[in-house]
Amino acid sequence: MGEVIVLAEHRGGEAREITLEALAAGRKIAERTGLKVAALVLGSVVERVAEQLSEYCDTVLLTEDERLAQYHSENYQRVISHIVRERRPRVLIMGHTSLGMDLAPRLAVELGFPLITDCIDVEFADGRIYATRQMYGGKLNARVSARRAEGYIVTVRAGAFRPGKAAGRGVVARVAPPDLVGEARMRVKGVVAPAESGVSIESADVIVAVGRGIGEKINIPLAEELARLLGGVVACSRPIVDKGWLPPDRQVGSSGKTVKPKLYIALGISGAFQHIMGMMNSQLIIAVNKDPNAPIFNVAHYGVVDDLFKITPALIKKIKEVKGMK
Amino acid sequence: MARVVAVPGLWLALDIIVCVKYVPDVSSAELKVDSSGRDIDRRGLSYDINEWDDYALEAALMLREKHGGSVTAVSIGGEEADRILRRCLAKGADKAVRIGDPRINLYDPFTVAKVLSAAARKMPFDLILTGVQANDDGYAITGPAIAQHLNLPHATLAKKIEILDGRAVVNRELEGGVEEVVELDLPAVITVQTGIVELRYVSVLGIRMAMRREVRVMSLDDLGLSLEEVGEPWILVEELYAPRVERRVEYVRGSPEEVASKIIEVLRGRGLL
Ligand SMILES: Cc1cc2nc3c(=O)[nH]c(=O)nc-3n(C[C@H](O)[C@H](O)[C@H](O)COP(=O)(O)OP(=O)(O)OC[C@H]3O[C@@H](n4cnc5c(N)ncnc54)[C@H](O)[C@@H]3O)c2cc1C
Ligand SMILES: Nc1ncnc2c1ncn2[C@@H]1O[C@H](COP(=O)(O)O)[C@@H](O)[C@H]1O
Repeated sequence: MGEVIVLAEHRGGEAREITLEALAAGRKIAERTGLKVAALVLGSVVERVAEQLSEYCDTVLLTEDERLAQYHSENYQRVISHIVRERRPRVLIMGHTSLGMDLAPRLAVELGFPLITDCIDVEFADGRIYATRQMYGGKLNARVSARRAEGYIVTVRAGAFRPGKAAGRGVVARVAPPDLVGEARMRVKGVVAPAESGVSIESADVIVAVGRGIGEKINIPLAEELARLLGGVVACSRPIVDKGWLPPDRQVGSSGKTVKPKLYIALGISGAFQHIMGMMNSQLIIAVNKDPNAPIFNVAHYGVVDDLFKITPALIKKIKEVKGMK
Repeated sequence: MARVVAVPGLWLALDIIVCVKYVPDVSSAELKVDSSGRDIDRRGLSYDINEWDDYALEAALMLREKHGGSVTAVSIGGEEADRILRRCLAKGADKAVRIGDPRINLYDPFTVAKVLSAAARKMPFDLILTGVQANDDGYAITGPAIAQHLNLPHATLAKKIEILDGRAVVNRELEGGVEEVVELDLPAVITVQTGIVELRYVSVLGIRMAMRREVRVMSLDDLGLSLEEVGEPWILVEELYAPRVERRVEYVRGSPEEVASKIIEVLRGRGLL
């Protein structure tokens, strides 16, 4: 017998959605293998999270310590590797989040557990982990295998697994943390909220979003004109903010804003997963991209495979005609 | 290796290693799976420095401008990777090292991290910068894995790096654009997020000048790393295939005018115009 351990992420006394999804991935492995699923909750006062998660797994491992109140890579690594050495799980699962990306690779090297990141599906067969993940900008899927080892780590992509409660209620077991003494070589200083420049893309009904395909900063007014005619605002993908062409609060995606407008027009955006996450729930998505295989067409309702510099001016012209403008 | 003595207020020259990967441009290319079924068909693709690594290099150059010291660009790869290393030199890197050894499995980030760690042990450094992830495989494993091999503190997803009194103060990007500030003792490993600084352009002249500069080529033997120590890859692509997604998309075809008319019909139908 063995175990799948899922590292819980929580905020304000509540487990984050990604953790419920990671538990679903754990249960998928468990169904086929008979492994048990445990959630590992680290924090300072986090019994509520443990109670909540007991509905989703067989066991909740609860480790409370003041020094675990916030994520601290060294402390978290020490506690998790200690617990893994004691319980010897076959699989450790985390979210592919800023926390999982920070922690998983180090743990993998320390424990000698092969790690597959950003998985959209996982399978445990003949004692090994196989995972499905996207590669090459989301254009291709890969089935990735891990070398045979005592244990494995996977991080899962947000939205890839559907959360669901377990049949019974799991037991909560307190686990004492190991010694956290030893000098910390990293210190957490605080958190900075993102700067806001004024335009709220989250409350807009219509968004015209530009990506790297817009080419130059001087082309952004083209999108602005279209947005104005439709009573909307201009937003963008990450590279546009990185280049300083639009302010950070116009960025749509996992590290930007999540929007749900009535209309989202994507101009020259490839549709990387981090972008899709921020706009996939828009009511109507129209994408213009000259690459027929761009992943943006996986979420678009209407797709135009063409040059945005041909389509956008034509659209502007037609809207003006319809509105009786010259 | 550990060279920094953190004396408050003391001026500190920084030796920085930047890891750069030579990657195909995938965003506008038509990708095909090759006959092995495990890799892409690389014919006709254009290559460049990984976008995240370009930002890492730029961040390193700015730190060097401020604090003095040196920037060394390191890449594992074949001769073709010299092109991006020369671009790093043209941008202002002091040295370029290519670890060229066909026995290295470039597809396994754990192998890559091990080899880069061995390379770092051969040169003095205060800081190692990598990209958050490579745009081709997207694993986001190499940087923190190097930190573990070298037993150094690390921070991922850096949007800002400052050096103060022998420590690195790093803004890490969390979800939704929130940033967490952490402080690391040096030497340390930091993975760099895009947008950390503005990229500067390299002049054609600069690139031409850099053509004459040396790229030092090293093998596993030069690193004192045996094949046994490198070991088997930890993870492997078994199969690569076009995603089988059910697209709900309705393609709008025709001349730009026809496309525009059809879109306007859709918008009117929904009361959006
Ligand atoms: C931790 C992390 C967080 C991230 N967070 C975000 C985020 O919040 N938001 C975000 O957007 N990204 C985010 N990213 C980056 C993301 O992975 C992609 O790199 C980014 O979304 C790509 O932006 P793009 O589609 O504009 O550019 P590209 O991928 O370069 O795509 C450009 C597209 O334009 C098309 N094109 C070019 N010219 C034309 C033309 N004339 N007409 C029509 N089409 C044209 C091309 O075919 C291509 O599909 C994040 C990445 C990481 C690692
Ligand atoms: N072949 C390589 N040579 C040098 N650096 C690399 C190589 N592969 C990956 N890296 C570094 O590791 C980072 C993350 O890559 P990955 O873990 O593959 O997503 C990249 O941004 C580079 O900085």
